[in-house]
This record gives sequence, C-alpha cells and structure tokens, in this order.
Amino acid sequence: MTNHWVDIKNTDLVLIMGGNAAEAHPCGFKWVTEAKAHRKARLIVVDPRFTRSAAVSDFYAPIRAGSDIAFLAGVINYLLTHDRIHHEYVKNYTDMSFLVKDEYAFANGLFSGYDAEKRKYDKSTWGYQIGDDGYVKTDPTLQDPRCVYQLMKAHYSRYTPEMVSTICGTPQDAFLKVCAMIAGTAAADKTMTIMYALGWTQHSQGSQMIRTGAMVQLLLGNIGVAGGGMNALRGHSNIQGLTDLGLLSNLLPGYMTLPGEAEQDYQAYIDKRATKPLRPGQLSYWSNYGKFHVSTMKAWFGDAATADNHWCYDWLPKLDKTYDILQVFENMNNGQVNGYVCQGFNPLASAPCKVKVSGALSKLKFLVSIDPLATETAEFWQNHGEYNDVDPAKIQTEVFRLPSTCFAEEDGSLVNSGRWLQWHWKGAEPPGEARSDQEIMAGIFLRMRELYKKEGGAFPDPILNLAWKYKVPSYPSPEELAREFSGKALADVTDPKDPAKVLVKAGEQLNGFAELRDDGSTACGCWIFSGCWSEKGNLMARRDNADPFGIGQTLNWSFAWPANRRILYNRASCDPSGKPYDPTRKLIAWDAGTRKWSGSDVPDFKIDSAPEEGMNPFIMNPEGVARFFAVDKMNDGPFPEHYEPFESPLAANPLFPNNPQARACPAARVFKGDWASFGKPDKFPFVATTYRLTEHFHYWTKHVRLDAIIQPEQFVEIGEELAKEKGIKAGDHVRVKSNRGFIVAVAVVTKRLMTLTVGGRKTHTVGIPIHWGFTGVAKNGYLTNTLTPFVGDANTQTPEFKAFLVDVEKV
Amino acid sequence: MALQSLDIAARSATTTPSPQARGAIPVAKLIDISKCIGCKACQVACMEWNDLRDEIGTTAGTYDNPRDLTDQSWTVMRFSEVEVQEGRLEWLIRKDGCMHCADPGCLKACPSPGAIVKYANGIVDFHEENCIGCGYCLTGCPFNIPRFSKKDHKAYKCTLCSDRVAVGLEPACVKTCPTGAIVFGSKEDMIHHAEGRIADLQERGYSKAALYDPAGVGGTHVMYVLQHGDQPELYAGLPNDPGISPLVSLWKGITKPLMSAGIGLAVLAGFFHFVSAGPKEVEEEEERS
Repeated sequence: MTNHWVDIKNTDLVLIMGGNAAEAHPCGFKWVTEAKAHRKARLIVVDPRFTRSAAVSDFYAPIRAGSDIAFLAGVINYLLTHDRIHHEYVKNYTDMSFLVKDEYAFANGLFSGYDAEKRKYDKSTWGYQIGDDGYVKTDPTLQDPRCVYQLMKAHYSRYTPEMVSTICGTPQDAFLKVCAMIAGTAAADKTMTIMYALGWTQHSQGSQMIRTGAMVQLLLGNIGVAGGGMNALRGHSNIQGLTDLGLLSNLLPGYMTLPGEAEQDYQAYIDKRATKPLRPGQLSYWSNYGKFHVSTMKAWFGDAATADNHWCYDWLPKLDKTYDILQVFENMNNGQVNGYVCQGFNPLASAPCKVKVSGALSKLKFLVSIDPLATETAEFWQNHGEYNDVDPAKIQTEVFRLPSTCFAEEDGSLVNSGRWLQWHWKGAEPPGEARSDQEIMAGIFLRMRELYKKEGGAFPDPILNLAWKYKVPSYPSPEELAREFSGKALADVTDPKDPAKVLVKAGEQLNGFAELRDDGSTACGCWIFSGCWSEKGNLMARRDNADPFGIGQTLNWSFAWPANRRILYNRASCDPSGKPYDPTRKLIAWDAGTRKWSGSDVPDFKIDSAPEEGMNPFIMNPEGVARFFAVDKMNDGPFPEHYEPFESPLAANPLFPNNPQARACPAARVFKGDWASFGKPDKFPFVATTYRLTEHFHYWTKHVRLDAIIQPEQFVEIGEELAKEKGIKAGDHVRVKSNRGFIVAVAVVTKRLMTLTVGGRKTHTVGIPIHWGFTGVAKNGYLTNTLTPFVGDANTQTPEFKAFLVDVEKV
Repeated sequence: MALQSLDIAARSATTTPSPQARGAIPVAKLIDISKCIGCKACQVACMEWNDLRDEIGTTAGTYDNPRDLTDQSWTVMRFSEVEVQEGRLEWLIRKDGCMHCADPGCLKACPSPGAIVKYANGIVDFHEENCIGCGYCLTGCPFNIPRFSKKDHKAYKCTLCSDRVAVGLEPACVKTCPTGAIVFGSKEDMIHHAEGRIADLQERGYSKAALYDPAGVGGTHVMYVLQHGDQPELYAGLPNDPGISPLVSLWKGITKPLMSAGIGLAVLAGFFHFVSAGPKEVEEEEERS
C-alpha cells in the first residue's frame, strides 16, 4: 500500500477492483465502513462477480475477468477527454511534459522493438529525449506531439465507452457512471482510494493492470494524499515481509536486484542502479544504492566482505533468467532439479496446472516440506482416490517433513499491507517436535557448513564465510535477526558535513538508512527496515495508538518502512509552494519558520528542501516525478495496453482483430510445451476465475474444524442463465473441465454471476473458490489448480489464475 | 443458573413474583444489515464462546453454512439475492438468531417452571436444566429459533451472551464483528444509533430504510437496520408482523385461566364440602387394621 489500512477512513470514494476486500480482508475492510459512516464516502465495486464487497457497495459494475486494463484505459480516456484531471498536480508532479524518443511507436497492438521469435521487446526506443545538459527534454506547454501527455492522449483515445463495453461486457451506462464518480475526485479536496489484490496481480498482464490503476490515480492527483493511493492488500501473513526481504528469486533485500549474468563488474552493477537525477534539482534517492548494497553484504558476510573483494560481489549469483515458480517447475519437469525445499509453501495446491506440478515433483530425488501442516505437496505421492489419483509405486521422490511452528507459536515481526512491521509474541507453545523456521534453517546450514569444511566442494566460500554470530548458533533468535535487519554501526559513523561529529558509535544500532555507508562501516540486513530496532529499542513493539492529528496517523504504533513513514510520496499532498491541497487532511507542509517539512507524517522528502528549490515529490525516481510512460521498466510496454487472457472466449483482441500476435500479451513467457495445454473456446466456452472465501485462508484452514463447519465443502458458482442452459440446479454436482483436467464440486447457482455480452457474444463466468484439497478436516475436494494454465505475468511471472476457460456439465 | 447480577423479570410457568428492588437498563443488539459482509466471524465467535461445535456438513448450493440453526449453531447467516429495483441486484445477508422479544412467546408457551426466563435487562434465556423437551417454546416462537439437541432433547438458542453481559462485556458476536455491523448497548442508545444509520441509508437512496423492532412481540432486544424496512420478508423471510402463535395465546390467554379457574373451583367446592359435611371421619376398624 502507498497508504495504510487506517488511512482508508480518510477517503471520499473507494474503488475496489481486482480484489474483494470485504471477503478477503474483512478486518481491514472496517476502514471502508468508517469512511462511509463518517465521510459519506461512496464505494464502487468492479468485479466479474457480485461479491461480498459488492453487497455493501453503493455501485457495482460487472466486468469480464481479465479485461481490467480496457476498463481503466477507458477511465483514462474519459478523464482526458472530459478534462477531469488535477492539472497542477499532473503538470508538476508527473512526466506529462517529458519528451519521448522519436523512435518509440505503437502500431497494430505492438510497441516498437518487438521480436516475435523471442517474444521479447528490445526496449531501447522506450526512452526520453535527452538534452545536451544530460537531462530529459520537456515541453511545459504539453503541446509537443512527442510529450507524454500527447502520446498518452492518443494511445488511450481508442478506449471509447463502446470499446470498453465490447471488451469488458460492462454495460455502457454502468461504465460511464463509474467514470463520473471517479472524475469527481479530480478536485483538490476530494480523493479516491483504490483497493486491489490478487484479482489484478494474477493475470498475464497483472502488473500493467496495477499500473493503469496508478495512472488513473495520478491523473486525479490521488497519490501521496490522505485517503488516496494505490493500495495492494496483501493476503498472506507475512507476504509483504517476504517481498520486502527480497525472497523473490531475482531480488535482494529492500527491492535491490540481483545482477544479471552480463553484470560481472561490481562498479558497473552499482552505477547502473545508483541512478543520477534526470532533471535538475532532483534527489534520485536510489543514488544511495551502493550504501544499501554494501551494508547488506556486510550483514551477510561480516569481516569477509571488504572493499578489496568488492564486498563479496563475486559470491552473488548472476542470473541468466529469473527463477520464478513457473521456471523452477518447468526445470523440475524437465528433470533438471534434484531436490526442492518447500518452506511454508504448498505448490501442488498453489501453483498452476496440478498435473504438471505433480509430474515435476515426481522427478525429484528429494523433497523437503517445512510446514506446520500436512500439506498436499508433502503427500503428493500418496493416492487419495479421485482427488489425487497417483500411483505411489511409480514415484521415487523421497519426502522429508519437518514440522514447523505457526506464527502464533513464535515471537517475531510481521509486515502488514500498510508496511507496518508489527512485533508479535507467541500465544502458545508449539506442539510435538515442531521447531521454528529459523531453528530448522540453522540446523540445515550448520550441518552443510560442516560438510563443506570437511569435504570442500565446488564453491564453499559463501557458506563458510556467512556471518553467523548468534548466541546460540543452532537457534538465531527473532530479536537477533530483527536487530540484524535493522542494522548497526561497525565503526563510528560520522556526519558527512562534520567528520568530527559522531552520529552513531561503533557497535550501536542505527537510527535509519540515512546512516548507512558504502565503506563497510555499517551492516544492515534490509535497508528499508533500518531503524526498526534502534538504540531506543524494538520500535516494532510499540503499541501507542495516540492519533494527535485525528487522521489516523499513529506514528508511535509499531514501525512503518521506510523511516516510519505512513503515507508514501506525501510531499505530493502539497502544492508546489508547500501548502496542503486539502488543509483538512494535512499530512505535511513546508514550515517557513523552521525551514523544514513537518506534519502528521514523516515527510517523504528531503526535509530541508524549500519549495522554491523545485525538488519534486517522487524522490525514488531519477525524474523526481511519477511516470505515466514507464520507459524501459516494464517488459510488455511503456503504456498499459489491453490484451486478451491467454485463454479467452474471443478469437482475437477486439482492438486489433487482424493481428494474432496482439491477441494475448506478446511479451508474456510461455514455455514451449505449454502452448498445447491452452484450451480454445469451442471446447471450453466459459470464462473461469478462481478466488478465496472469507471463511477460509488458503489451504490452511480446511485443517481447522471451526472453519470447516462454516464452509465445509467445495463448490463452484455459476450464473442462473448458464445453469438453466445446462439444466443445473443449486446443490447439483457438476464437473468443471479445462484443457488440463477437471474438478467435481457442488453448484451454487446465483444471480451474482451475470451473463455479459462480450464482443457481441453472450459470455458466462464460472467462479471457482480454491480452498479444498485432500488433507484436512473439511470435506475432501479437488485442488482447483488442476484447471489453471501454466502462464504468468510478463513482468512478475505471477500465474494467470484469474482468467481461463472451462466447460461445465452436470454429473 | 442465572448470575445474581441478573434479576429475573419473568420465569416460565411460575407465579412467584419477580424481584423489583433493583433497576435495570434494557439492552439491545443492533444488526445493521447494510454493513454486514457475511463473513461469519460471528458464527465462529459464538461457537467458541459458547463451547459449541456443529457437524462439518455439506453445501446445499448456497453460502448458508451450517444450513440452519441447530443446538450447536445459535446463529447463522442467511443470504438472499434480491432485485428490489429492476436491474439492481442486492445480496442481503441477515444474521439469524434469537430476537429476545420483550414479550417472548417461548416463555409464555413453556410449561416447565424456570426453563425459560427473561431478565430485567430484556435478555431471554433458556435454563436447560429445567427444560423438559416438550417443544412448546418452538410453537411459541414467531421467529422459528429454538432447536432441540439429539443428545439431551433439550432446547437451545442464543443467550445474547447473558454470561458476558452480566459482567459488563458485549456479546461475543459483537466483539468479533469486523465491520461494526453488530453493535450492543442500551436499547435506547441502539435506537438512537439506528436513526443515524437510517438517515445515512436514506441519503444513499434507500428511502424505506427502517429499524426492525416489531411491536407484535412488544419490541425486541435484537434489532435490525433494514435497507428495505417495508419488506422484511426479503431478508430470508424475516416476518413482516411477528406475533405469538394463537395456540400459545389459547393456552396462556384463555385455556390457562380457564384451567386455573377449574382448579380454583375444585378447591372451592372442596372447601364448601368441608364446611357443610365436616372433616372426613375415619372408621375405627380401618384405623386399627
């Protein structure tokens, strides 16, 4: 979230799209009800299903699963053509005036630089025109045909209400009503929040869906303000912490990135990431990349990391490609993986295309499952009748189960969607032989280190030199780990302006990432968390809910990254002169007396940079402003463009009916063998989408009796019209088939799944909740991911769970 | 047994007068259906607080689970898909359970002394140790609430967490409700709160929004805010104008006084007989034998 849960109460309009907050985030959803109760806020829900969120909404608009970009692009077109944008904001705080290279083009559904063979773009034309001064050229009048504003206007002019309705199936009047409600928040004293979750991320174009939402918010001036923002609702505790700590295969902690195989040179690696300002007077905070990176390496390798060995840069893997979950299972399926450790992960249930995942696991020599529960993955080799019909005699994989504690059985910190690191204390002792994850990992590490010491090996250095200074080596405590990721001074850290002034003494905990150095004098496991455990103690454990300004900014409750800042980009809540756009929702303001920024939040800005200096609010971007034009940051285009899901009821993309290359996302990765696994609408005519229910949490709570009581048995949802066509009544058992397999479940027949007219054809949607499987106390069921396709988002490789094709028949 | 902090205002099949020395503030639970997301956290909280565990059942093609109230499920969500206005779908989710009537038909119907009580604060409670399992309470209930246990053939229902309320806590469902759709307090405060909610709903276009506090049962201590106050039956058949079954009225209203009169007459006749004929004299032979 750019903002945080409590801040939602400050909004005037809530758009829930690509998520279902009432269903999946009921506790956080209370802030929507607060906004409705105390600000007369309105709630819009746009979703393929009339959801629990829709049940308490002021307006609901149906949409075909997978067509969200078309809808939002239509909103952009509406805002631009009706001139309902926050002019001062977009002119000053976004790239609208920036000039784009002449070579950049978009034609017939493809951006310039497309290589059809590799399904990849050469992104070199997706950039700015750079002047002789080294800065981006701009046209503040916004008249130049190559400025972002003009390019964007032209790009989105195609998304007329008619086209939106054709692609999305949303009735035009409903779409226009949503547009009008959204446009109302272009006023400086009105704001909208967008709440989304996996309903946007789990598409072959998930990242671009989110970008389109962010573009709408930027046009309205709703980023950086109280009650605004792009708010990703994280479902899994602790998934925010997972990404923050860099547990994705191509990341380092704090959203630093691993080098690619071409980046063998340390300085070049740093220079590429330590971006210099692209406009005069801008901060470009990533210019500090080297400090963050070196401090991480010092935390990992301690004394072994020196300036001479480039802080052990050679020990970092250099990626030939990303090793996301789809890539790993592809490799496993090809017999290229011997062993796999599943730590708190149930891929047989959570990864797409169960038959492929099951086959891949069968090719392993060993599988380790570290989990509090008996997962389907740990039992993938067992025959569970129709729900897991495998022959154990043919599976040679050796499975080790290491029972771990669950979150309630351990101390530690969890990061919530609002970026708050909240310390928690164990509520119960773990059962049986369960051990904490860090104890299990320590045990594996120490034994491996012993083996490397004794036997050597191809590449022992990073294992032998890993810093491991925990009091009890076999049990690094949560407190020790927290202090490590917060960071400490290894030598005295002095003020760069006054070297005689010591800011932090050697051995002390750091106050924040501003104190990080690239000379090896600081160690910090995750720079964005820096300061969460300072010499003041464990700030994550704070529980003071005082709200001195009355807008939900409880700065002494836990610790928010970065720097305890609650609302990102909050400088953008003020006009260029430093006055809040809405004084009733003031976050920060320029104080001419103290010559500092201050207010109810920690300023996301250089604290003493006066407005007249012209520094812009988006300090993490070298441009200083927010980007509508993504330059080369996205793999599938600098402007979001609608493409069909890989499995779609339409034979062609209505925007480019004659270009088969532009039907589905041209830059999404598809493994060779998987093309044949995609179904076609002649055999699988219905749009399917998978989702979660309030009553359950992933595949965990089917192990809990109370949850099993309130939602005991697997079901699928189908609309009344489709049910009538197929002769299905509520309570009947139905078989839902995709090209990859089938499931059988009880039918819920509902008005809430509407039949839409898409591309002139009636389109039915089948809704498939995910929670059942073959372990647990709830009624056994089929793993829903038996049905889903093995394709991911072009940028994140998040699988396309939200839009694919099925057929339905009564059993 | 009732906690001594709860004065009993009425007790089934009992003529002993109720205590009156202490005052009590009538309480109420207000369920705002326009805020309810049907998450069933209240169902879980109810089971946890009251040590209930229903069967792991099956799905009947709706979101309603467990499908109905049982001796183990004292509250369930009832989901209704309606189109009050052409083309505008609504998903009305009503938390069903005991309404805690001011004039409780169950208590009126109950023939077993002290099996059903009404506290001075308005909560209607079943004391199962006195329940004889006759089922009259179900006949008496206009909302079809009490359910009988297969284990002990006694009637169970929501207690409005009388044990929690007695010590100053809100009912478990209220405490757990994430959206504030369920609130608890004095009935007066709850009516006031409802007025604010109704004004908000009317401003959002629900011109018939209203409080459900039906007069036919003397008002209730569980009330609803309904978006469509003129059509309570839309909410999974919530009675439009609930009242106590005529059978109960017959039993309590006419039959019972008649029977009481009958008993009274018999006693009176006996008295007259005694006065006119004197005490029964015992034969001496009989006494000896």
